[in-house]
Amino acid sequence: MEATVKINEITQNDLDWKICYDSERCTRCGKCIATCTFNALEMQVEKRAYTAVEPELDNPTAHKRKFKAVPVVKQISDLNHKCVGCGMCEKVCPNEAIKPERNIDSREALINHPGGSPIKRGGRTNLSTERTLDKIKVGRISQMTDPSLDAQRHTFDLKTPFGRILGPEELPTKFIDDEMKIEGPTPPVRWIYPIIIGDMSIGALSTRAWEAICIATAYLNEKHGIQIRMCSGEGGMPIKLLKSKYLKYMILQIASGHFGWNRIIKAMPEMVEDPAGILIKIGQGAKPGDGGLLMAAKVAKHIQEIRGVPKSDLLSPPNHQGLYSIEESVQKMFLSMNAAFQFRVPVAIKVAASSSSVSVYNNLLRDPYHIVGGFFMDGIQGGTGAAHQVSLDHTGHPVISKVRDAYLAATAQGKQGRIPLFAGGGMGMTYDLAADAFKAICLGANGIFAGKIFIQLLGCIGNDNGRCNQCNTGLCPTGICTQDYRLVQRLDIDKGAEAIVNYMLNVDTELKKMMAPIGNSSLPVGRSDALVSVDKDIASKLQIPFVC
Amino acid sequence: MCRIGAIKSLNPIHPSMALTLMLSQQKGHDNSGFAIVMKDLYGIFEPYKDKPLLSYSCTEKGKTIIEEFMMEKGFSKKIFRWEPPVKPFKGMDFAKMPFYGFDVFNYPDNLMNAPWETKEDALLDTRLELRKLLEETGDGFVFSFWPDVLTLKEIGNPNHIGEYFDLWTKRDDILSKNIVIQYRQNTNYEIVRYAAHPFFLQGYTLCANGENTFYVKNKECQKSLHKGYIGFESDSQCFLYTLHYIHHELKWPLPYYKHVITPLPFEDIDKMEAEKQKSLYKIRESLAHLEINGPNTIIGLLPDNLMFTCCDSKKLRPVVVASDGVTTVITSEVCGVNDVLPNRDPEKDIYPNEREIVAITNDMEIKRWKQQ
Ligand code: SF4
Ligand code: SF4
Repeated sequence: MEATVKINEITQNDLDWKICYDSERCTRCGKCIATCTFNALEMQVEKRAYTAVEPELDNPTAHKRKFKAVPVVKQISDLNHKCVGCGMCEKVCPNEAIKPERNIDSREALINHPGGSPIKRGGRTNLSTERTLDKIKVGRISQMTDPSLDAQRHTFDLKTPFGRILGPEELPTKFIDDEMKIEGPTPPVRWIYPIIIGDMSIGALSTRAWEAICIATAYLNEKHGIQIRMCSGEGGMPIKLLKSKYLKYMILQIASGHFGWNRIIKAMPEMVEDPAGILIKIGQGAKPGDGGLLMAAKVAKHIQEIRGVPKSDLLSPPNHQGLYSIEESVQKMFLSMNAAFQFRVPVAIKVAASSSSVSVYNNLLRDPYHIVGGFFMDGIQGGTGAAHQVSLDHTGHPVISKVRDAYLAATAQGKQGRIPLFAGGGMGMTYDLAADAFKAICLGANGIFAGKIFIQLLGCIGNDNGRCNQCNTGLCPTGICTQDYRLVQRLDIDKGAEAIVNYMLNVDTELKKMMAPIGNSSLPVGRSDALVSVDKDIASKLQIPFVC
Repeated sequence: MCRIGAIKSLNPIHPSMALTLMLSQQKGHDNSGFAIVMKDLYGIFEPYKDKPLLSYSCTEKGKTIIEEFMMEKGFSKKIFRWEPPVKPFKGMDFAKMPFYGFDVFNYPDNLMNAPWETKEDALLDTRLELRKLLEETGDGFVFSFWPDVLTLKEIGNPNHIGEYFDLWTKRDDILSKNIVIQYRQNTNYEIVRYAAHPFFLQGYTLCANGENTFYVKNKECQKSLHKGYIGFESDSQCFLYTLHYIHHELKWPLPYYKHVITPLPFEDIDKMEAEKQKSLYKIRESLAHLEINGPNTIIGLLPDNLMFTCCDSKKLRPVVVASDGVTTVITSEVCGVNDVLPNRDPEKDIYPNEREIVAITNDMEIKRWKQQ
């Protein structure tokens, strides 16, 4: 029997976003429909009643009810064409006639499982958005006995080591006329800006977006002396860049799929500079235990070339095949990566923060070969280009307490700083990257890494409240996360790069502004006494004072 | 700000000179303590230069604890004891202990002919154990146990402390060629005697002023470096431990102490020749947690009695070095120098900059090492 009211049919009110449309203001230019990459809008014709005056001989004011067909813009109430709230229609509408509106009664998460499939998306967790960092304040302000510094006048050393650090007793020192000489090899260490642009691959990003970030990175280094480094993400990079002098600003990533490494290895003889480092990705905070995923929709021809693959879903396995223990990963992976660049380039590891991170870190600290040059911990609030929503929202571990634990574990052995710690996952989530970096550093991190905020600077409008997050679909409305040649034109490379440069210049000043009041001119790594927390539990976990 | 001072002289001097040096530098209401370390002793201690001298203060019960403990450790032969003459007076404003002792011991038989490294270790262990023992019952404090070194620390008004021990009267019983002294000014009322500088560890003496803004970093790092790095009652103890670590443990020359605590900015290191660059980078990497970030002035005295001073890298605390050729003074403010060396040529006074170590050798030569 057919339903009397078709309650199983999807209507606007079942979806996360509803389109507000004012047909009075609409001029039917059609821009919104043309712009919407998700095909969430269509032109329809509505039957409208109106009253017309049709004078008759005996009744000059006679009225008639009449009908007309009116073209209108309508939202398609269909899960395959659902509105994602990107607001592009609103952006292009010349008349403020249309905009998306959040639907608080949405049932989308419940019903969006066509064919029984789980929801996949990009972005960050949309559930665990409360942040530890926001409950921490810089409470130790220098005033009388330890004067604040002048952020304008003093020299600030905003650099952090990246590479395996030897203890003083391990240094091959020799004194000639009381002058220290370092005789013998030491692991490579680079001093870099304490913020690293985190690993977003070409493939996950459009080449134009990736290029904009590269340009910003190079510009910040060359013009402003901010030694920021960018990590390539898995999937290699253009040959031209591999052979250019700008390679020195890039950290090459190798993940379990080993994508792109053929070309990297082939380019080695022609490299004019060493890369800034190698990052072996073991895990990712946004989807710990999950491998990488690049949907076929995004594997365009140039991506196939860079990665050396056919067009299909590209899956990096959840683990590095053949590595069954930390010891083994140290020996095999690190040694081969170190050896590849003849021990001139620091090799670091990136793992998803988890209950066992500290044991892993401890193990690496004790590695007798001194070949692990950095420990990157990625927390649950990290972003991704594609993951199951259930992973994004429910699996993972906050990064802050883990970084603190790892630092304190190293401290207990007198080995703090030997393997620099970098914290990521949700850095810049509230757009305060400088404050986030500063607090993480005081808790023991040597630096932080961040990704999402940099594409947000390019123009990505996705957020952690369910807006867009369609990075996996190849339909990115801002041209950042897609390989569709029409969509990528939406991104202005120069303007995007400029936004990143401006933001980082501001971060640089803000970092100084935070260091000055605590009276420090070099990075306060581990200076937990500068922090207080307004949350008792956070304070006790991180071993900082509770204040209220 | 605490006032710190040190005097080094070719002729043995009496503590009254150090008190005079500090007197005019006093400011503020607090003056919460006083401490003095004398090294290279003359007067009544001169015959015992090579014998360990225990400096302590305690209760009557503490006296017994110390005696029994020292006996048990084989320091059975106390060969000399100095009990400072005390002059109680009305309105005395300091927390005195019932007993102050300065005992000279013979080395136990097993140490008598031991190499110096073994003796050093044994002396430190003995002091640390004794300190722990006394702390358990709260019966006393032990400040140094070392040949040719005398330490006195008290809490309260420094002038009163000096008066009580009759240190203002110039005599020739207690003399030394090196004195390091501090008048504490501290707004923290809950202080303990161990928090008063100068601190002492295995022949190294150091006092400092200002605040160590990298105290937590320094402390966390030092805790696991050496058994003698304990207490941390004052953030300035970290400076002594770093000095001991660099100079005694790593055996690096003194200028490297400065490179560790106040590394040159990267932009300066990058201008240097490659070899130098490499070592400075490595030092900065390896010992990042021993960096200090001001505001401080440090006065140190090495086991061989080289006396030196240096500042934080922003020079946020004053210090002056002045000499008349026989006696050299390092202190916070020049008014103190004027009182003890009125006849020197003030134009030759040195105001050390933030990048140097100014050191005074035993024959009064002033050396300056620029950090470069
Ligand atoms: S908000 Fe975005 S997805 Fe929704 S209709 Fe407008 S353009 Fe399409
Ligand atoms: S705008 Fe593009 S990059 Fe940003 S959330 Fe949407 S799809 Fe992802």
